[in-house]
Amino acid sequence: MSAAPLTTQAATTQAASRSDRLTHLQRLEAESIHIMRETVAETENPVMLYSIGKDSSVLLHLALKAFAPGRLPFPLMHIDTTWKFKEMIAFRDRRAKELGLDLIVHTNQDGLARGIGPVSHGSEVHTDVMKTQALRQALDKHRFDAAFGGARRDEEASRAKERIVSLRTAQHRWDPKRQRAEPWHLYNMRKKRGESLRVFPLSNWTELDVWLYIEQEQIPIVPLYFAKPRPVVERDGQLIMVDDERLPLNPGETPKDVSVRFRTLGDYPLTGAVESDAATLPEIIGETLAARTSERQGRVIDKDGAGAMERKKQEGYF
Amino acid sequence: MTIHQSPEAFGYDAFLAAHQNKEVLRFITCGSVDDGKSTLIGRLLHDTKQIFDDQVTALQRDSRKHGTQGAEIDLALLVDGLQAEREQGITIDVAYRFFSTDKRSFIVADTPGHEQYTRNMATGASTADVAVILVDARQGLTRQTRRHALLVSLLGIKRVALAVNKMDLVGWSQTRFEELLAAFKDFAAPLGFTEIRAIPLSAKNGDNVVLPGTAAPWYTGTPLLQYLEAVPVRVEEQAAPFRMAVQWVNRPNSDFRGFAGLIASGRVAPGDAVIVEPSGRTSTIARIVAADGDLPHAVEGQSVTLVLADEIDASRGSVIVTADAPMRVTDSLEARLFWAAETELLPGATLLAKIGTVTVNAVVTAIRTRIDPETGNPEPAARLTANDIADVTLTLDRAVAVDAYAANRDTGGFILIDRETTDTAALGLIQADAAAAPVKEEPAAVREKRSGGGFLSKLRWVFGGI
Repeated sequence: MSAAPLTTQAATTQAASRSDRLTHLQRLEAESIHIMRETVAETENPVMLYSIGKDSSVLLHLALKAFAPGRLPFPLMHIDTTWKFKEMIAFRDRRAKELGLDLIVHTNQDGLARGIGPVSHGSEVHTDVMKTQALRQALDKHRFDAAFGGARRDEEASRAKERIVSLRTAQHRWDPKRQRAEPWHLYNMRKKRGESLRVFPLSNWTELDVWLYIEQEQIPIVPLYFAKPRPVVERDGQLIMVDDERLPLNPGETPKDVSVRFRTLGDYPLTGAVESDAATLPEIIGETLAARTSERQGRVIDKDGAGAMERKKQEGYF
Repeated sequence: MTIHQSPEAFGYDAFLAAHQNKEVLRFITCGSVDDGKSTLIGRLLHDTKQIFDDQVTALQRDSRKHGTQGAEIDLALLVDGLQAEREQGITIDVAYRFFSTDKRSFIVADTPGHEQYTRNMATGASTADVAVILVDARQGLTRQTRRHALLVSLLGIKRVALAVNKMDLVGWSQTRFEELLAAFKDFAAPLGFTEIRAIPLSAKNGDNVVLPGTAAPWYTGTPLLQYLEAVPVRVEEQAAPFRMAVQWVNRPNSDFRGFAGLIASGRVAPGDAVIVEPSGRTSTIARIVAADGDLPHAVEGQSVTLVLADEIDASRGSVIVTADAPMRVTDSLEARLFWAAETELLPGATLLAKIGTVTVNAVVTAIRTRIDPETGNPEPAARLTANDIADVTLTLDRAVAVDAYAANRDTGGFILIDRETTDTAALGLIQADAAAAPVKEEPAAVREKRSGGGFLSKLRWVFGGI
């Protein structure tokens, strides 16, 4: 992992911050840990949705802290659409081995057999079949009654109103009108038979907070977040990395090496890169502060029409 | 005004240190429909450079479709997220927004002004350090303004910024501003605010929100943002006695037994004498364990794992507290409820009460008085309907450790859960109990005995001779 070593200044800062005045990162960390412990105490069979991205890396780091010196009291689950970047899968497998994680990988076999993919079927169908339906299958198969996700309220408008603990029907649907009040630090985790919870410990984190925390804690992340020359093609204003031979090139289209990095990671044909020379965490943080576009700008699925995310959530998308 | 200084300006290390050491302030915005709350938050986000180019593009598109500002960009659309809201042009739920400056990070709870959404406002206020109450300079104080001020005071908020909005529409009249401030101070006198800071502003134009306005030379105070950057954060919680509800017992092996929880208030260090409530057993803090090593002390707001010097019984639901200030242990609560369910509440109803990390059965033995949401005056009530605020008596099926809400928001607040629908039916605030016998000298065994008999005897009282 190409993370810079902790500077003396940052180390001093960490020691100094152990005073009575907590920093916003300390409060965010404590809140997330509290949410995870509540969930483990109040549900029967929780699971952590692990998407391999930076938010998942932070979520995993917080979970390890929450239950230390004990082991993680729940498995991780990755919904593999088979279209993730190769480096993501390599990173996932390496981290699972290093940390001795109980990792479940689920792919919608029916969708796979039907040849569903983002190139052939478009982002909307692919996301529905290989992500939303796959997630529902996996939750039902393992009878998980609570699933942690790394979603943040600052990501998108309909997320801003999401609760930290979100009740889902037996059909995994989200009903914005049946969400529960969450005063103080009290979460109502009661549910009826068949219903389940989605739990978002990073609700109150922003993209900047995530990067500052990754730097402070030196959390390993997928190398795709750091800029380096990568083969890309430009499509509809997005820089798409040619990660394997499954991405058909248009006539006359040739991938060219551009110094890019990714602000979010997902299925490679649906994930736009940004041109950047930021190869270290402080450089990424500097760019994040100066950024003129939101991180979801690189996500093709958010552009499936107005209210797209709200609709996907109601259907059971995370 | 530079909101975020560039890293190049003073070096990456100092830059990172500044951002990693910022505090966070939580505040709630409240006001009547059309006072411009969403526009104010949109303005704060926009002027602190939290709005990205692609969001502005989406905003321009949405403003043409749903905007209420004619040809101009409608900043409120940044905040009114759900499609259902856009179609109706109203805010229907509490939304959380985030922005930061070099000095602080901010978490904003944007709550709706409609009367029927009292519970959302109570939720937003429950964790807020400050309330920003909006008033339309033309309309003046409305019924809603009074409701909101009363509500935030009931929820324990001590500091209020009175944002007198739409000053441009009253010609930045100093007389009008002072008239409104005087009226508000008059109304708020009994509400116990320690600070009321009035700021004349225009959210639509941006005057005195982030940047100082030029239209009102008579106003010598700071813009709203500067006030929010300087107001104290969680000082009451830090000064309160040590309390930590046990969430989870961490037992990775037979050599280690730690009690994990979030410190609700105060400070703790190894060697401190503590009581485990509600059993009342005493011990000493042996270690404060964190993932990256033991801590020399820990404070309000930290999630920690405590190891006690003695092998005493503690589990989820226990509260570890300083021996200097034990909690009240009781199976009978006088509480103020914010009734959130659509169903009515009648005396005799049984619900679940989640108090800290313990969940118990609670019978509503009496509805004493309903609180007039505008005046705060009590009035008689036989039943409660949605969004009523009322004082009730609850009898629990076992004794729990509590504080008065006025002394400690986290150990004095609870929720009631409907046992059938599993929905959160009410927010509750535990009232100071002047009649409660002091429990400090009472031996643990006696307390347990007392609490065992209490519930049954009260059930008999409720249902008559069972």
